[in-house]
Amino acid sequence: MATVPSKAEEKQQNPLAEGLERLPVHPTILTIFGATGDLSNRKLLPALYNLAHEGALPERFNLIGSSRGEMSDEEFRTQAKESIEEYSRRTVDEKVLSALLEGARYVTGSFDDPSVYEQLGKATSELDEEAGIVYNRVYYLSTAPSFFPVIVGQIGEHGLDHNAGSEVRVVIEKPIGTNLQEARDLNTAVLDVLDEDQVFRIDHYLGKETVQNVLAFRFANGLFEPIWNRNFIDFVQITAAEDIGIGTRAGYYDKSGALRDLVQNHMLQLLTLLCMEPPVSFSADEVRDEKVKVLHAIHPPEPEEVAEMATRAQYDAGVAAGEEVEGYLQEEDVPEDSSTETYAALRLEVDNWRWAGVPIYLRAGKRLARKVTEIAVSLKPVPHLAFQQDGSVGVQPNQIVLTMQPNEGVSISIGAKIPGTRMRIRPVNMEFLYGTAFMSESPEAYERLIMDAMRGDATLFTRDDEVEAQWTIMDPILQAWAAEPGPIAKYPAGSGGPREADSILENDHGWRAI
Amino acid sequence: MEMSGSVWAGQDTTPAKIEAAVRDLLRERHARSEAYVPARVLNLVVVADREWRGEIQNRLDQVGRFHASRTILCCVEERRETIDAWATTEGQRATGPTDVSVLHEQVVLDLGPRHLDHLETIVGPLVVTDLPTLVWSPHGHPEAVDALLDLAQIVLIDSVHEPDPDGAVRRAMQLGERTYIVDLAWLRSTPWRERVAFAFEPTQWRGELGKISSVTVKHRPDSRAAGLLFLGWLAKRLDWEPGSMLDQNGALHGSAHARRQDVTLRLEPDETMSAPGLAGVAIDTASGLSISLDRGSGGLKARRRLPDGRESEWTVMGASRGEAGILGEGIRQALLRDRTYRPALSAARAMLG
Repeated sequence: MATVPSKAEEKQQNPLAEGLERLPVHPTILTIFGATGDLSNRKLLPALYNLAHEGALPERFNLIGSSRGEMSDEEFRTQAKESIEEYSRRTVDEKVLSALLEGARYVTGSFDDPSVYEQLGKATSELDEEAGIVYNRVYYLSTAPSFFPVIVGQIGEHGLDHNAGSEVRVVIEKPIGTNLQEARDLNTAVLDVLDEDQVFRIDHYLGKETVQNVLAFRFANGLFEPIWNRNFIDFVQITAAEDIGIGTRAGYYDKSGALRDLVQNHMLQLLTLLCMEPPVSFSADEVRDEKVKVLHAIHPPEPEEVAEMATRAQYDAGVAAGEEVEGYLQEEDVPEDSSTETYAALRLEVDNWRWAGVPIYLRAGKRLARKVTEIAVSLKPVPHLAFQQDGSVGVQPNQIVLTMQPNEGVSISIGAKIPGTRMRIRPVNMEFLYGTAFMSESPEAYERLIMDAMRGDATLFTRDDEVEAQWTIMDPILQAWAAEPGPIAKYPAGSGGPREADSILENDHGWRAI
Repeated sequence: MEMSGSVWAGQDTTPAKIEAAVRDLLRERHARSEAYVPARVLNLVVVADREWRGEIQNRLDQVGRFHASRTILCCVEERRETIDAWATTEGQRATGPTDVSVLHEQVVLDLGPRHLDHLETIVGPLVVTDLPTLVWSPHGHPEAVDALLDLAQIVLIDSVHEPDPDGAVRRAMQLGERTYIVDLAWLRSTPWRERVAFAFEPTQWRGELGKISSVTVKHRPDSRAAGLLFLGWLAKRLDWEPGSMLDQNGALHGSAHARRQDVTLRLEPDETMSAPGLAGVAIDTASGLSISLDRGSGGLKARRRLPDGRESEWTVMGASRGEAGILGEGIRQALLRDRTYRPALSAARAMLG
C-alpha cells in the first residue's frame, strides 16, 4: 500500500529546499491526452525532455500518453523519442532520454471510452504501489477543444478528479471556447468536476520570459511607475505581426481568424500586464485579481460602436521576402467566399482612474511585412518647446517599446542634440536587448508552464473569470462581424496592413511601422 | 554558427591604450553594422600561468552560453617586465536585416610577477564600470586575488583544487569575509543537494529528516572538500552540531549532534570516480528508512528501502554538466546570491576540527 501522509506531515516544510534554485516538486504522473498530436510532439515532449536534462523534473516522474491511435507502450516510446530528437532545443543526451521514456506507458482509446479512464486509474494506482508513495496526477488535455468537457467529465465519473494524499491537476490548452457562451459552458463543465485551483488554462504567451518581464519592468523600476498613467501616456499600441501565411492550418484558421487566434487571448493578456495595478504579492490569485480588474474596466462595444473601434482585413496576393505569394482566399482549403479576418485591429479603453482616455490599439495579422510582437507606449509631448525645429526632424514624444520578439528587449526613444553649432534635436534610441544582459538562455514557455502546473503555481495560467472577461470584450465584435459576412478589406501580403486600420486611430495617432 | 571577430594587438603597452583599443574595436564594428551590439553582463578577470594559457582559453571557450561579456585573461610569465596585450571582439555573424549579434570582448595580457601586487591598477581601467566583476585565479597567485578584491565583487574558487581540504576551507572562509564566493566544489554538490531535498519532498518522508542517524558521502579522492561542503550543508539545514571528523585509512569519520540522536557521518574516497566531485550519498534514519543516490546512466540511481523492508529503485533524471558546465555554472552564479554556502562552509570548518 502507498502511504498517505497525515495532516501534520502535510504542513511540515522541507528545510532542505531553502536556497535551492530548483525547488522540489512532489513526485508526479503526467498523463497527456492527445499524446501523439502535433502539440505533444513539437512542444510538450521536448519540453519534458529539457526539464529532465536539467534535472528539474520531480525526483520520481512517470509519463502516460493517451490517444485514439492503436499503439503499444514501446511504439509510443519510439515515437516520443523521435519527436524529442527532432524538436528538442538542446542536443539530446541519449541516456537521459531513455531514462525519461523507459517507464512511459500508453493507453489507447477514444476520449469518451470509459475503459481509457479505467486503465488510467489502474496504471496510476500501480505506480503508487510500486513506489510506495502517492504521486500527484497532472492530466494535460492536448486535444481538440470539443474533447475538453468529455475528458474532464470522464475523469470525474471515474473518480480520478481527487486522490487521497496527493494533488490532481488538469491542464487545458487554448482555445477556451470560441465565444463567451462556449467559454462559460466549458468552465461550467470543468468546474462541475474540479475545483478552480485544480484547473490550469494555458496561454503559452504567459510562459515567455519577455512577457513576464513586462511585470519586472513595471514593478521593479521606480523610473517608470510615476509616468505609467493617463497624465503622461498618450496612447499604447500592441502589435502581434507575423510574416507567414496560414500554411496548412486552413481548417483551424478559417474557423478562428485573427481576433480569436491572437487578440482574444495573447494580446489581451499583454494588455492586462501592461495596465494592471501592482499586486499585493505575486501569488496566483493576487496577480489574476488585478488582471481581471483591467478586463472589467474595458467597456465591451455596443453593436453600433464596432465599426469605429475595430477593423478587419484579409491578405491579398503580394510579395513577401522577395517572393510572390498567394492571397488568403487562394490558400489551400480556404473557402473562396471566406470572410475570416487574417488581420484585426481594435481600439480599446481601460476606463479606470489610471487609464481613462488613453486609447489602447491592438493589431494582429498574418503575412505582414515582418514578424514582430511589441508593446509601444507613446508619451505625451513636452508642454513647451524651447528648441528650434527647422533643419531637424524636431522633438518627438518619447516612446517606450517593449519587444517580445524577435529581438527581445526594451527601447526608449529620447530627444538628443544633433552635433553642430545649432541646437537641433532628433530622437535617438536607448536600447536594452535581453541577449546582451543575461548569460542564460530562456527556457521554452512550455517548460516553465509544465513545471508550474506540476508545482501547483497558477500565476501564469488564466482563471475562469479572466477567460470569460476576455470573451465579454470580444463577443460583440465577433457578432458584429458575423452579421456582415460579405467580402472584407484586403491588404497586400508583405505589407504593413490595410489602410482601413487607420480609421480607428484617434487624435492624429499613427501606426508604428511593422 | 558562423563567428565574426576583430583583433587588436599591442606590445609593451598600457591599460589606457588597451582600453582605447577595445573602444575603437566596438566603434568600428558598430559603424560597419548596427546589428553588432556589446553584451553587458559581467566582467571576468582570470589570472593564470602563461604556460597554461591554452588550457585556460580552452576551458573558457567551452563554457558555452555562460560567457562573461568582457574577459580579461592575465597570463603571468616569469621574468616578464612589460605588458603585451591582445584585444578581440567576437559574436555570431549577423546576416538577416533584423539580426542582432551580441559581441563579447576579450583582452589577453601577458605580464610579469611584478605586476601582480598592484594588478588592480592594470585591470581597473579595463573592466566595464557598473558591471559585476568576477575574479578567478586557478593557478594560485593569491597576491593577485588580494589586489583585485576592491575591484571585484565575486571571487571564483575551486576548493577541490586546493592541496588540502583544511587549507581550502580556511582560504574560502578568509575570502568570504571580504567578498562573495562562488566555489566550484559547492556547485559540484548542487545536483546532490537538490536530489536529496527532492527525495524528502513527499510529505510522508519529511518527518524522517529529524530521524536521520547516518550519512555516508563517497567522493573522488581529491574531492573531499566537496563532500565536506555537502555534509556541512546538511548539518546547517537540519540544525545539527557537527564535531571533528577523524581520518581512518583515508576516510573521514565523525558525528553530529542532532535534536533526537547523534548522526554518524562518513566521507569515503571512491577510487573509481573519474570526474571531480561526489560519487554517492547514503542516508539512513532511526526508523529504518534508507535512501541512497549513486551516479548512474542518465542521472542518479536512487534506491529507497522502507522501514517494512520494501525496496524500490529508479533514476533521478539529469544530464552530466561536465567540467566545462561546472565552470559555466560558476560564472552564471556570479549574478546570483546563494545564502546557504557560507553556513555550510562554517560547518565544514567545524568538522575539520
